[in-house]
Amino acid sequence: MDISYLLIILLVGAFATYFSGDKLASKVALFFGLVAFGVSLVLLNQFNQGENINVLLQWISKPNIHFALNADGLSLAMVLLTTALTPIIIFSSFGNEFQNAKAIYGLILFMAFAMVGTFLAGDGFLYYIFWELALIPIYFIALIWGNGDADERKKAVLKFFIYTLAGSLFMLVAFVYLYQKAGSFLIEDLYKLDLSANEQTWIFFAFFLAYAIKIPLIPFHTWQAKVYQKAPTLGTMLLSGIMLKMGLYSVIRWQLPLAPMAAKTFMPILLGLGIAGVIYGSIVALRQKDLKKLLAYSSLAHVGLIAAGTYTLTLDGLSGAVLQMIAHGFVIVGLFFAAEIIYRRFETRTISEMGGIREQAPKFTSMFMILVLASVALPGTFNFVGEFTVLYSLSQINVWYAVLGGTTIILGAYYMLKMFQNVMLGETNTKVFKDIKFNEVIVFVVIIAFLLFFGLFPKPIVEFIKPGLEVVLNVVNSQF
Amino acid sequence: MDNTILSLILLLSPFVGFLFNVFFGKSVSKNVSGYFGTFAVITSFIVTLLLFLDVNSSKEAIEISLFDWISLDKFTVDFGFLFDQLSSLWLLFVTGIGSLIHLYSISYMHDDENMNKFFAYLNLFIFFMITLVIGNNLLVMFIGWEGVGLCSYLLIGFWYKNQDYNDAAKKAFIMNRIGDLGLLIGIFILAYSFGCLDYTTLQMAIADDKGLHSELIPIAAFCLFIGACGKSAQIPLYTWLPDAMAGPTPVSALIHAATMVTAGIFMITRLNYVFDISEWVQVLISIIGAITALVAATIGLVQNDIKKVLAYSTVSQLGLMFLALGLGAYEVAVFHVITHAFFKACLFLGSGSVIHALHGEQDMRNMGGLKKVMPITFWTMMISTLAISGIFPFAGFWSKDEILMTAFHGNVSLWVVGSIASILTAFYMFRLMYLTFFKEFRGTEKQKSNLHESPALITFPLIILAILAAVGGLISLPGNSWLNHYLTPILPKLGEEHHVLGTTDYILMGIATIGALVGIFIAYTKYIKQNQVPSQDSEITGFANVLYNKYYVDEGYNAIFVKPINALSKIFRNNVEPALSELVFGLGKGANYFGKQGKKLQNGNIGLYLFAFVIGISAILIYLFLAQ
Repeated sequence: MDISYLLIILLVGAFATYFSGDKLASKVALFFGLVAFGVSLVLLNQFNQGENINVLLQWISKPNIHFALNADGLSLAMVLLTTALTPIIIFSSFGNEFQNAKAIYGLILFMAFAMVGTFLAGDGFLYYIFWELALIPIYFIALIWGNGDADERKKAVLKFFIYTLAGSLFMLVAFVYLYQKAGSFLIEDLYKLDLSANEQTWIFFAFFLAYAIKIPLIPFHTWQAKVYQKAPTLGTMLLSGIMLKMGLYSVIRWQLPLAPMAAKTFMPILLGLGIAGVIYGSIVALRQKDLKKLLAYSSLAHVGLIAAGTYTLTLDGLSGAVLQMIAHGFVIVGLFFAAEIIYRRFETRTISEMGGIREQAPKFTSMFMILVLASVALPGTFNFVGEFTVLYSLSQINVWYAVLGGTTIILGAYYMLKMFQNVMLGETNTKVFKDIKFNEVIVFVVIIAFLLFFGLFPKPIVEFIKPGLEVVLNVVNSQF
Repeated sequence: MDNTILSLILLLSPFVGFLFNVFFGKSVSKNVSGYFGTFAVITSFIVTLLLFLDVNSSKEAIEISLFDWISLDKFTVDFGFLFDQLSSLWLLFVTGIGSLIHLYSISYMHDDENMNKFFAYLNLFIFFMITLVIGNNLLVMFIGWEGVGLCSYLLIGFWYKNQDYNDAAKKAFIMNRIGDLGLLIGIFILAYSFGCLDYTTLQMAIADDKGLHSELIPIAAFCLFIGACGKSAQIPLYTWLPDAMAGPTPVSALIHAATMVTAGIFMITRLNYVFDISEWVQVLISIIGAITALVAATIGLVQNDIKKVLAYSTVSQLGLMFLALGLGAYEVAVFHVITHAFFKACLFLGSGSVIHALHGEQDMRNMGGLKKVMPITFWTMMISTLAISGIFPFAGFWSKDEILMTAFHGNVSLWVVGSIASILTAFYMFRLMYLTFFKEFRGTEKQKSNLHESPALITFPLIILAILAAVGGLISLPGNSWLNHYLTPILPKLGEEHHVLGTTDYILMGIATIGALVGIFIAYTKYIKQNQVPSQDSEITGFANVLYNKYYVDEGYNAIFVKPINALSKIFRNNVEPALSELVFGLGKGANYFGKQGKKLQNGNIGLYLFAFVIGISAILIYLFLAQ
């Protein structure tokens, strides 16, 4: 079996879900999500045994475009993140009633398809197609099933769409330029290019716009909070849990090896931008009135640190960034799920309308608390491993980066605990809050078990991703 | 038994207690829940005894590596334990006092509907505290370090319906995290210089001067000290500890007096070889310790909440320990940690017994005359008060005296400050005793009719702790110190020194004792002879008011840090975010604007077109003409 089976299953799953009708859609989607997860585990096993699961087919001969899918530790880790989170996200929405459910669940699988494609693509053109393809389902999910005032929502989602699309166009230009030079879109051919420092700068910033918007880095983040707030929760989970990792992944896979000199030259600015995002995002999060927006800004702070890790151009920085991507993916999905659970009961996302939930819902409180602690990277959680590694890598460049980036330790605790206090604690709420049901417990337990287990035994993941990162770093270092 | 298995029992037994109380605590009776939690800790205590005896007789450290935890490019951090003289000693009083306080809590928390949760958190705390102590490297210690902070947070906010308590809990966690960032940066610097984080390798690397950048060591030490300031409530990061008294009293005794707050001292003692070569940091530690000791003692003079007095007293005593640490007298600091754990735990538990009898009353102005109805509580607290005041021959006398002697030989001004703090301590502790136990009862009639001595589960731990507070000094008598001898393997300098008491030392002892007696005498005159009762809050004036309001430090921090950051957050939210959004979409709007302007030109006016046409042609002709 090669890696393309995974894409086929997700695509077939998307259509099967759509044609299964509204009643069955969620279950069919879950089934295919789980099958995809199982298949990715099988592929992982094959890969670990040294089998070649890559795909390389000539797609169009002129221009020279290949259907190339490459599996290595890095891309497989991201694929597994996607296929693990997708069924969790689908299952978490079992408590929701959607109009035209077959369409939304179909779109989720379609999105997973596009994201997996993005992570696997070994051909610039193919990668670009997957990258843009992923935007379409989330656009419709947010637009059609989102919440709040329809006009405002339309505005926010359209802004997001145009913004990210515009950013990607620069990337396309960069790819066309690279193609002119290399005569191929294949990643290994592009890696071999010997670009001048000046060319690299242009390439770097063309990519940068696309990724800075997607990740997002400040000041390109302005689409984020509104879209997170307006999208239905499962859309927010897809966005924050997986999609923004597309940008971070692409930095490692495409931007750094193709323009390492520029990355080195601009390192202080790039690290500064990431760290500024940490501080800015944390401070903005402090006074948010809407729970989902607060989580959006916390996400901004976390990805800022991850981006800083990638731009250190060190093995620790890259591996820390990948670990933190995975950890953040899980924890943020869990946190948005907690917000959704409160919404299901109180029909509000405004923090000031919450409070006093703990007494009524001890199980929910414990789960939520653990997620909050994971989010603030308490040692013992997977998030600590990621955050520690990234901060350590920053400290090895210059200890002040670690000091400033490390403010996340303080500020993160501040806004998260403040939120938790206002949402959960205090005099018992007069509104009834039913504790979480079995279905809901499962989602939390899976996420928490993952974060705690790999918090103590991160070794398998670290060892799995390292070889791929070393290849990237070799390409980078060969140019110095 | 195999040491690995022993260490796992030691560590996991409280964790099993935690899990039991989380999952089954509600379905079993309160007693089962409480005793299960207590026996979990007693099990750890027994294992500790075994390990302690082993280490004490063999003089060999036991190092156990379980698995690789975090692997970095240059080195790997394993999850491992180190049982040596220091960690087994620390474990001994953590699990020992922990067991007593668990026992006490069975009775104390019996009327609380969430008793199982209380025991779960308490067990979890012990679990993390053990992790902190036995870790064989800085990062495993950091798990415990942050873990105990988490438990402290959970237990301060145990009565979560009260948002003031939740605020106190949050404050404790965040202030600790300021310290934690310092600690982490210190760890980074050590890793940068030496490429390792485990104590054994680090010590050897420093001894062999193998560091790449040994000039960075003092900076690392400074950062580590910031971490210690957070956890051990030293200036400027001390203000969380008095607020932490919002938690149930056993928590104050265990976490905020006897064990967790000594973690900073543990860490510095553990890394003594780092601090020994960081001279200016040592000076700083002494100064901070001395100032903290004095400042906290002055605040303690006027507090009326019985737990607040003890809280400031704790901060003050921790200050004395740091004073000793800064002078390189790690063994003296450790000695005081141990005696302090005995008498301060006893005092807190005793105050809990009083508060229990008065149904939650904590204001000493509404107490008095409890000596007769609560004799055991009174006598045990009295012994501990004598100990903390430094009266011969109680435990505190010996340990405090050693600190002051060390200070005298180090720097006389430190001795002066330490001595003043000690005199103040004697005063406010006897003030506490007189106001609580002597004269007439000042509470309500209803309370008066209900006064009673606490049950045996409460008095038993008190008695044990009081005995220890009385005789605890025996472990380190001047001239023949078991403790110093015991600690020699980890503090090599101890072996070289032979502490013989000279005339100066006897004079110093005399001065310290007289000082304590003076403090007691003033308290006696004020509260017994003149029968004074502290005035109501509104009547406190002058400097007493400044003290009563703790020098307005909290208000200052609020004004300097909390409010600005919140204001900034608001500005970011209301102004910067929309502005950034506008800026980016300004580009789009700009294009739109020019488009619209352009559209205006195409308005069908032939005259305008002709005009533009003529201008254009003329421009081209002029250009061509000029170009020739």
